[in-house]
Amino acid sequence: MYRYDEFDDRFVRERVSQFRNQVERRLSGALTEDEFKPLRLQNGLYLQLHAYMLRVAVPYGTLDSRQMRQLAMIAERWDKGYGHFTTRQNIQYNWPKLADVPDILEALADVGMHAIQTSGNCIRNVTADHFAGAADDEIEDPRPTAEIVRQWSGGHPEFAFLPRKFKIAVTGSPNDRAVTKAHDIGLRMLRNSVGEPGYEVIVGGGMGRTPMVGKVIREFLPKAQLLPYLEAVLRVYNLHGRRDNKYKARIKILVHEAKLETIRAEVEDEFQRLLAEADGPTLALSPEEIARIEAYFAPPAFEKLPDADSDLDAALMADAAFRDWVETNVVGHRESGYRIVTVSLKPIGGAPGDASAEQMRTLADIAERYSLDELRVSHEQNIVLPHVRAADLPEVFACLQQADLATANIGLVSDIIACPGMDYCALATARSIPVAQEISKRFADPALAKDIGKLQIKISGCINACGHHHVGHIGILGLEKAGVESYQITLGGDATETTAIGERAGPGFAYDEVVPAIERLLDAYRALRLTDDETFLQAYRRLGAAPFKAALYPQAANGSRPAVPRTEAPRTEAPQTEAPVTTHGSQRKAAAAPGEYVFYHF
Amino acid sequence: MNQPSTLQAVTANHLLDGDVVYLTAALGWSRDLAEAAITDTAEEAGRLLAAAEGQEAEVVGPYLIDLARDAKGRPEPLHYRERIRTRGPSNRPDLGHQAETPAVRRQEQANVSL
Repeated sequence: MYRYDEFDDRFVRERVSQFRNQVERRLSGALTEDEFKPLRLQNGLYLQLHAYMLRVAVPYGTLDSRQMRQLAMIAERWDKGYGHFTTRQNIQYNWPKLADVPDILEALADVGMHAIQTSGNCIRNVTADHFAGAADDEIEDPRPTAEIVRQWSGGHPEFAFLPRKFKIAVTGSPNDRAVTKAHDIGLRMLRNSVGEPGYEVIVGGGMGRTPMVGKVIREFLPKAQLLPYLEAVLRVYNLHGRRDNKYKARIKILVHEAKLETIRAEVEDEFQRLLAEADGPTLALSPEEIARIEAYFAPPAFEKLPDADSDLDAALMADAAFRDWVETNVVGHRESGYRIVTVSLKPIGGAPGDASAEQMRTLADIAERYSLDELRVSHEQNIVLPHVRAADLPEVFACLQQADLATANIGLVSDIIACPGMDYCALATARSIPVAQEISKRFADPALAKDIGKLQIKISGCINACGHHHVGHIGILGLEKAGVESYQITLGGDATETTAIGERAGPGFAYDEVVPAIERLLDAYRALRLTDDETFLQAYRRLGAAPFKAALYPQAANGSRPAVPRTEAPRTEAPQTEAPVTTHGSQRKAAAAPGEYVFYHF
Repeated sequence: MNQPSTLQAVTANHLLDGDVVYLTAALGWSRDLAEAAITDTAEEAGRLLAAAEGQEAEVVGPYLIDLARDAKGRPEPLHYRERIRTRGPSNRPDLGHQAETPAVRRQEQANVSL
């Protein structure tokens, strides 16, 4: 994996030093909050409901054991003993004190980490397939590309103040685990007809209040030309992206309004101009430079192993709990005799993505001993051990059991994505975590979960969609309605290469009605499916929304009044970075920009 | 100036730790809503807010919240967002102000819908 060079280390430490000075000046009164706020946000420090929150970048979700131990140390020493792994493959600390943050950043720098560009209208931390370098369906490891993008975008002065934030995701597999079509730019690695490596470039995807599936802007981009092309896209966006209305400022709106063909032509012009610059194609990478970056991600020293292991087979036969865990949490590896283990951070009734410092240390120890020192944070808020010998699985399982990390639910009903929601987030309009916890508890029975099968429930506590509800097979969006929490359910979303935005099923549900509604929905699915193997999403696509809506709204289906009056949902403003403070009571303003695309409309 | 329809107090986050605080009658800050200066007039609400906005060295982002009194006369925010701020994360009773609240009071709060 990539290690900071001298430049990276100096850059990050200088930023820590600058921020230490900025904090001192804020505390001394030399800086006002208005002056300080953009500075702290540029260093990943938000002010949330109860405390500050520090968002730490985990580039493309990749960590080693040393870094994970440091994250644990930070949680214990300066926070409240836990961290929250996010849908951006990052980690957030929910309780740091302002004066401690420079020390935390210094501790991060000690292990080659930082919190830069985890906030603000810049190119954010690049994300990638969490199975990178291990997946058996991989065309090419996406991490060198992600690292090239990281180096190019980190501190890029031209793109420090974009119209809005900008997210780039990379996948090296045809099976998209990086949700590339829901990013500002998605890069799909592929080879052209003569076998040359390159990318399909997808632009203008995104979630938030205006969900859109990304569009292919270039079918094949040669690998060496990645940075000139990205630079061209960003320049066109920086020039034309709207700055008059932050709800229309993402590139997805530009592509939607200006039309893909227009944007494609402008990008191509700029791209060609960059390639032909008088001084030569400065951004185009030489094969030597690509090889230099790729060398950091050279495959680890895999042993030559047979794929079958008699001891493993015996353990599978002997232990049903182990067998269930292997069935759900372990997948094949590109190397014979190895497996990819996904460690669930979704214990039954737990807060999705939370891990205690002790659990982080356990994960670091396991990674060091059994996974060639590598860990990944998945956007699904789990931790991946990418390189585990099949023969070691029983021991890994035993270690995880001891740390309450052996929940066998990956890809099942309780493997729920949930944003922090109103329990922490200043932007939220409703809680997310307790909804996830209640659903998880309701479907805690492993046999029931197994019977329901593959299912992705994703919950967001506001329209900004950090919980990816738009692409959940079942999406849950928490809003405020007449002063109480109200949850809209969407159906049929898909986060994979066949990306789809879920359709809103109908009126919202009160907090206490959500779990019964999900229960009715899943009862209906099990009654409607053709075979036990037909997944919820497959059944939904085959049957359409009608039978599922009937299950959600039985009174409406029977011709009586709907349980909830069909009124327009309140549409709350989503501030750019932090919630605005109201000056007269805590009621948020309900407002929509004129002509705004209305997705949540009854 | 119109009368506010409800009781109001000023809240903010403390500069040092981001903790939820309330402006007191002495124009200081308390982490306990029970110690907040509570008013039912818009004039006084405006005066309290202006006083809070002048305390940037101590707090961040002061604003007014709406309150009502519970059966025992204690102030309780009307909006669930503010009720969560008063207590802490609803899924973690060991964190936030609720962690320091006596068990009896926590039980009473648990019976109040968010």
